[in-house]
Amino acid sequence: MASVTVTALKKKFGQTEVLKGVDVRVPEGHFAVLVGPSGCGKSTLLRLLAGLEEADTGKIELGDRDVTRLEPRDRNIAMVFQSYALYPHLTVRENLAFGLKLRKTDAAEIEKQVKRASDMLGLAALLDRLPKQLSGGQRQRVAMGRAIVRKADLYLYDEPLSNLDAALRAQVRVDIRKLHDELGATSVYVTHDQVEAMTLADVIFVLNKGQVEQSGAPLEIFDKPATKFVAAFLGSPAMNFVDGTLERAGSAWVFRAQNLVVPVDEATFAGGLEPGRKVTLGVRPHEVALAEGGGETTKLVVSVVEALGPETYAHGEIAGAPFIARVEARRSIKKGETLAIVFRSIHLFDAATGTSLRAR
Amino acid sequence: MNKKPSLLESAACHVILVIAVAFALYPVLWVVALAFSGTQTPSPRVIPVPEAPTLAHLSAVVGASRKVDGAEVWLFGRQLANSLVVSLSTALVGVLIAIPTAYALARFRFAGKESGMRALLATQMFPAVASAIPLYMILNYLGLLNSRTGLVVCYASTSVPFSIFQLRAAFEAIPVDLEEAAMVDGATRFSAFVRVVLPAARPAIAVTALFAFMGAYNEFILAATLLDKEEMFTLPVMLQRFIGEYDAQWEKFAAGALVVSLPVMALFYVAQRHLVAGLTAGGVKG
Repeated sequence: MASVTVTALKKKFGQTEVLKGVDVRVPEGHFAVLVGPSGCGKSTLLRLLAGLEEADTGKIELGDRDVTRLEPRDRNIAMVFQSYALYPHLTVRENLAFGLKLRKTDAAEIEKQVKRASDMLGLAALLDRLPKQLSGGQRQRVAMGRAIVRKADLYLYDEPLSNLDAALRAQVRVDIRKLHDELGATSVYVTHDQVEAMTLADVIFVLNKGQVEQSGAPLEIFDKPATKFVAAFLGSPAMNFVDGTLERAGSAWVFRAQNLVVPVDEATFAGGLEPGRKVTLGVRPHEVALAEGGGETTKLVVSVVEALGPETYAHGEIAGAPFIARVEARRSIKKGETLAIVFRSIHLFDAATGTSLRAR
Repeated sequence: MNKKPSLLESAACHVILVIAVAFALYPVLWVVALAFSGTQTPSPRVIPVPEAPTLAHLSAVVGASRKVDGAEVWLFGRQLANSLVVSLSTALVGVLIAIPTAYALARFRFAGKESGMRALLATQMFPAVASAIPLYMILNYLGLLNSRTGLVVCYASTSVPFSIFQLRAAFEAIPVDLEEAAMVDGATRFSAFVRVVLPAARPAIAVTALFAFMGAYNEFILAATLLDKEEMFTLPVMLQRFIGEYDAQWEKFAAGALVVSLPVMALFYVAQRHLVAGLTAGGVKG
């Protein structure tokens, strides 16, 4: 087990700069998730950690070891691949034992470790089967087993759930987190699924265009996104955005877009408030409430209703921008109805740079 | 969804299959009839069966012997050994050269890769006979005429390009993830290749070796050009000698053809499982 420190890491493929100076620090025993859209560089970063790609510049350290130029086998890492990458000609037992045999572990120890891993993952009955005789979920567990059978300094996961169906994915997600807690190992997990990122991580690194856009604890990032990109990426349904300007209204500040006027809390956004500044208002669907009684409200004409059971989403438009509001499940809403809503919490981003105006 | 075919469908299917098999086997039946007929020229008939059945032709072909350097040599045995040694060596040498080449072409980027592939392809445009004279001169210079080694060198050099194409497709179909997983598990690139890639490519390698074997086993023109001692002949050259300018011993030719077919049939029988898997593995990517 070791901490991971990545410093100013850069990687180009031909003329394409995939990583533009990435800094990542994962404390020992933490579960880090690299998340971002396709092409953001998260898988490249994971492959660089594994030693499957070579960094152009920068440094990768595991604990106090500089592993930047080491071969994968010399790094003492284990990895779960998206495709599982099980050796097709070897049984489950041989797949699990493969890495230990290569490292010349003695037979009794191999047997012990294979048993431990197969017990943890419920693979005991499958040990003599070939990968082609397993279901998708079983293959996924063997891939996990092959990683945990070794005492690695770092465990890497490359979108290991993307080939599973939704129900199994939710189950395995929980299993992975449990396993991590049992092993107490340092893990780095790549996904483009923000639910996986939020549920698994101790620390999330949101990557965009080859750079870490924001890092931190899941809820911290969710509640206080540093940029419009992070705000849009985390959360489902995504945050609503409305473009407008900041204005003074007497002693107070407001956001205005067409006929939408939203009060802005000066303390929350101190330092970023300038009259006439072009900004984007961000409101998460769950930060919307139906107005009760009087006061300033916003009108949302409902165009589509999505009743999901525990909650209902009302789709409409506000100031010309598409808008989704979450309302309580049992509140009957009909298409064409006008809802009076209030925003419990808002985010403001600079319209040009996308950075948050929230005071840090 | 698969549904069980009806009796009528099943019967129709079998009738078609029987006709197709009969169509394919009919010429072979003629060869069998000819090989075992005691008469000089069997009379034409719809169903070919041996007339006055005899094993004389077969034993004449298989039992042929002659004196070489004063010693009696079992000619057919020598020729069969020539064919098997040359064909197996060709398959072995060809595959041993093609495996690393195809792997490099499948996995690495390097200068001249595409032009090299085009050059390999270009070599396939020329029929073997076009190179017969230069090969004769080269082997003559090297003192390898009338030798198994000379023939293996020629055959392997012509089978390697095709083997490379075949194996390159097979290696490309093996996910890179497998090797990377092995390297993360503690393997060097070479041991990942040996422990993971080669076993995964085994069916394709078997098919490639079989094609190289068949090519060498059936080859006639080069063998007839490069060999002139009867005891060094391969089986196709031996067979051809039954068809002279003024006289054709078709019954011996037929008997010889049957015997010559046996090793290949045996090989196909043994390798059929690999063959099907290998042809699929090589043909379907991803």
